[in-house]
Amino acid sequence: MARAKKSGLALDGILKCPTGIQGLDEVTFGGLPRGRPTLVCGGAGCGKTLLGMEFLVRGATQYDEPGVCVSFEETAEELAHNVESLGFAVHALILQKKLAVDYVQIDRSLVEETGEYDLEALFVRLGQAVDSIGAKRVVLDSIESLFASLANEAILRSELQRLFRWLKDRKLTAVVTGERGEGTLTRHGLEEYISDCVILLDHRVTETVFTRRLRVVKYRGSTHGTNEYPFLIDQDGISVLPVTSVDLKHAVSDERISTGIPALDCMLGGKGYFRGSSILISGTAGTGKTSVAAHFADAACARGERCIMFSFEESADQVIRNMRSIGINLGRWINKGLLQFHAARPTTFGLEMHLVKMHKIIRNFDPRIVVVDPVTGLIDSGTQAETQSMLLRLIDFLKEKQITALMTTLTGGASAQEQTEVSISSLVDTWLLLRDIESSGERNRGLYILKSRGAAHSNQIREFLLTDRGVQLRNAYLGETGLLTGSARVVQEAKDASQALLAEQEIGTKQCALDRKRKAIEAQMEVLRLELEAEVEESRRLIAQEQTKLKKWAQDQGKMAKSRAVNEGARAGKAKSARASEDRR
Amino acid sequence: MKTSASRAVRERKNSKEPIWELRLYVAGQTAKSLLAFANLKRICEEHLGGSYQIEVVDLMKNPELAKGDQIFALPTLVRKLPEPVRKIIGDLSNTERVLVGLDLRPRA
Repeated sequence: MARAKKSGLALDGILKCPTGIQGLDEVTFGGLPRGRPTLVCGGAGCGKTLLGMEFLVRGATQYDEPGVCVSFEETAEELAHNVESLGFAVHALILQKKLAVDYVQIDRSLVEETGEYDLEALFVRLGQAVDSIGAKRVVLDSIESLFASLANEAILRSELQRLFRWLKDRKLTAVVTGERGEGTLTRHGLEEYISDCVILLDHRVTETVFTRRLRVVKYRGSTHGTNEYPFLIDQDGISVLPVTSVDLKHAVSDERISTGIPALDCMLGGKGYFRGSSILISGTAGTGKTSVAAHFADAACARGERCIMFSFEESADQVIRNMRSIGINLGRWINKGLLQFHAARPTTFGLEMHLVKMHKIIRNFDPRIVVVDPVTGLIDSGTQAETQSMLLRLIDFLKEKQITALMTTLTGGASAQEQTEVSISSLVDTWLLLRDIESSGERNRGLYILKSRGAAHSNQIREFLLTDRGVQLRNAYLGETGLLTGSARVVQEAKDASQALLAEQEIGTKQCALDRKRKAIEAQMEVLRLELEAEVEESRRLIAQEQTKLKKWAQDQGKMAKSRAVNEGARAGKAKSARASEDRR
Repeated sequence: MKTSASRAVRERKNSKEPIWELRLYVAGQTAKSLLAFANLKRICEEHLGGSYQIEVVDLMKNPELAKGDQIFALPTLVRKLPEPVRKIIGDLSNTERVLVGLDLRPRA
């Protein structure tokens, strides 16, 4: 907004006077035109006077610009009293000379008109009040009363023209209120005189719910938000709710935070949600949306982060009791001051009231995590379009503050699962879908991640179990007939187990047989080896025998030769016969 | 026209007749204020039998006095006495209406 304000100044060259009213300065990109009158018009009870008074009070307290209120309808006392209930210390400001209230009482029954006159006395009074406190701001509430009191409209009109000229000449930033007329902005056409800035206040009742709206009809020489902005009046005055981040430029975080369910963290790339992202959990009734939300809140509190749960269906005690049954103790976080519960029926207030209350609670508590359970509950308090724009504003607000938002939404049984009732799916970053899976006479729960921006995530459907130790996710069984859950899955798993057992036994048997065979073969091998050894032994023995024989024969031959050497004469013949016998051998 | 804040005009005081206490608010000596004062004087002379007093208040000099009598238009004649307080705005050029405003004529 600061950028917008600056550019507004550069573009327009007109100075702006911040009202200090929450949201209005954003809608007008900086405030009302400084030194010019602004017309605030609307029907009875739409908050014109309050807007004027808040403009003065905020000017006096926040911007050191004293202000004068000229009231034609209420006495100074009444006026002070009315807005004091809204937290404005008017009396104190009057004593400090930061605020002056002048009640101009015109009782037609006591006034006779005769001849020419002017409203110089009004100028005198206003001028005196302005000079007495050095006022920079003026509120005329509501100057149209003059039309009811004075018969001579021609004089009145020329005097009004002079009055607005006078205000401009004195560089007073003025708020002039006017009653809305039939088909015209004001009943007496004040818009003819005040053309610099016109703000229209409106209030409507839609299906018994009251909503206030504000629109900047025109703002000469300046850009401005052109939409109708809801606003409300509570103990802190007026809050206008613009769509906070017009240009979608909030900072993002890479930090991941646990969902509180380890298996779900795994499905989200093992890390969980992004910090500051918005998460939607949609599902039909009884699919465990609140439980998933409670896990997240529990995990956040366990990390020491503050968390707010807005509950539109159950009371705080009921949620705590129910969550205790699945092993989540939220009560201890409340006692530690880390968790706040805000339960309200959606129909208690209008949407804007809800939104502003939520804004206020969030501002005061400054949580890291916000859970809204369920956002669909809010549809009851507005139309779909309104709810959507409200949620858009809420999500933007939370993103700007880097608060992780988890919202649940109830999808009707008849409507498409992947369509949220308020079409907020495009606004969220992570969308978990919880669904019923009906099969074999059972209703079981399934969970899958429909989208998760900027993060790897599992594409599987997991079976979702609520146990006394919290939410557990099981791999859903994909059998021949499709997804099996619940007892069908259990049966299938048992079947699988027995098959596995059989196979194991088979393997065992085969193993044994193999062992036996190996042993048999090994035994055979042993026998053969022994045989071989025996044969080798035998062979060696025979070889040794032969060698011994051969040696013996050689020795015998030697002996024979010796004996032949003795009988040399017979040697030749003997040798010849010996050689012959040798050849024979 | 004398514009002092408390210039009383008391003529032919008669205790039997009611005392008229009139206050004329003006801002400076404009044509309208002068005309109003002249008209007032004439009407008083003609219809109040002299038992009256006129106080002229110039808001240019005493702006703070405008609040007290709830003056918003000028000139304004305020009948302080007899009660109830009556106001007549304008230059008092329509004598009949002035008389009605002073309760000297029944209202139409």
